[in-house]
Amino acid sequence: MGNTSSMLTQYDIEEVQSHCNNTFSQQEIVSLYQRFCQLDRSNGGFISGEEFLNVPEFAVNPLSLRLLRMLDGLNFKDFVAFLSAFSPRASLQQKIEFIFKVYDSDGNGKVTFNDMLDVLRDLTGNFISEQQREQVLTHVLEEASYTKDSLIVLSDFVKILGNSDLKMEVEVLVD
Amino acid sequence: MPLQNDTRNQNKTMTSPDELRSSSPELDLDRPNIEDYLPSGSSIHEPRGKLRLRDLLDISPTLTEAAGAIVDDSFTRCFKSNPPEPWNWNIYLFPLWCFGVVIRYFILFPVRVIVLTIGWIIFLSSFIPVHFLLKGHDKLRRKLERCLVELICSFFVASWTGVVKYHGPRPSMRPKQVFVANHTSMIDFIILEQMTAFAVIMQKHPGWVGLLQSTILESVGCIWFNRSEAKDREIVAKKLRDHVQRADNNPLLIFPEGTCVNNHYTVMFKKGAFELGCTVCPVAIKYNKIFVDAFWNSRK
Repeated sequence: MGNTSSMLTQYDIEEVQSHCNNTFSQQEIVSLYQRFCQLDRSNGGFISGEEFLNVPEFAVNPLSLRLLRMLDGLNFKDFVAFLSAFSPRASLQQKIEFIFKVYDSDGNGKVTFNDMLDVLRDLTGNFISEQQREQVLTHVLEEASYTKDSLIVLSDFVKILGNSDLKMEVEVLVD
Repeated sequence: MPLQNDTRNQNKTMTSPDELRSSSPELDLDRPNIEDYLPSGSSIHEPRGKLRLRDLLDISPTLTEAAGAIVDDSFTRCFKSNPPEPWNWNIYLFPLWCFGVVIRYFILFPVRVIVLTIGWIIFLSSFIPVHFLLKGHDKLRRKLERCLVELICSFFVASWTGVVKYHGPRPSMRPKQVFVANHTSMIDFIILEQMTAFAVIMQKHPGWVGLLQSTILESVGCIWFNRSEAKDREIVAKKLRDHVQRADNNPLLIFPEGTCVNNHYTVMFKKGAFELGCTVCPVAIKYNKIFVDAFWNSRK
């Protein structure tokens, strides 16, 4: 798919659709492409971290920096694949996999105590002290029969979050 | 006024919950007083049941908000300019449109240029002498310069036959007040300036625009800033505060949105105008869309 052209061919749309496992309809992909071009002001074929941070509603999100690490340098195909977890057609498994990837910052398939602590810190900030944060996390982990040194993998995540009604959906407006 | 602030702060520290005490006491002042927003008689619900690992790991609401902002956000929507729709494409309207072109370009346009030229001639021939000859009599000079700036702005508005309706009390020269307005295009400032000579805060431009700025705008009192300088913020904040304290300075006008937006949504305000410790008087500028779409898209 050409980086500099702003025309999306039917072939491109179908390729993107199969890449994201049909989680988006063709019209949604066209809308997402318009949005992608809107955000990619420098026309580099990818949205840089700074361009994402130009959206104030994204910049004030506590997890924005974590997400930027996953979003930086993505071309349109990968951008749609990234957002596929938020489609109403995505399965619970896909959503849990996405959440796992947010926690697992080094991408080795294991989430450590520190990874969970980092996300908790992003969300709670100065509202509780570091010591209280560690205490809460340790206590809650032990109740779920893990320890501070456990390495949590994807299947654990599926077990923990699987029974909940996870609501993670975003609507893509189609003109 | 200071007494009221103290009792409000006391209220906050008394009602904040003990379980989660903030590690930094300065943050208490920033948090809104929850009791103000809850209907009387109700209280904040305690979470049911114990905290489980599932609750801690479930970051889906925050992620949904982030993804929602990526897919669409109101800030970017504010920079969408509507392309004009063609209406002159049928047999009845096209000749009328041609006639309109003749009138607009060959009759109205020269008249407007003439009006504007007359305005500039009158302005320059009065401003330059006043500026240099009355160097000693500051008060009189400033008063005259103020009137002249209002005059040239009125000429400008008249040259495009602008009809401006003002509602509400006119701004007066008082200390400790700042005016904030929405920003659609560059002419916002001129429309307001023709009614009252406001002082503004502006970015210094190079070239002849800068020359215009430093001579004419200086007479109504302008504060310069440089977006690229890091330390500039504090210096400018101090200048703003000094300006509003003095009674004989022109009323200060600030556009808190910071940039031109299409006014379909509100853009988050920059806080500079609201931290000066004085009354904030809002001004709303509404353009009639039937006549013109004045939005100047700075992103194009």
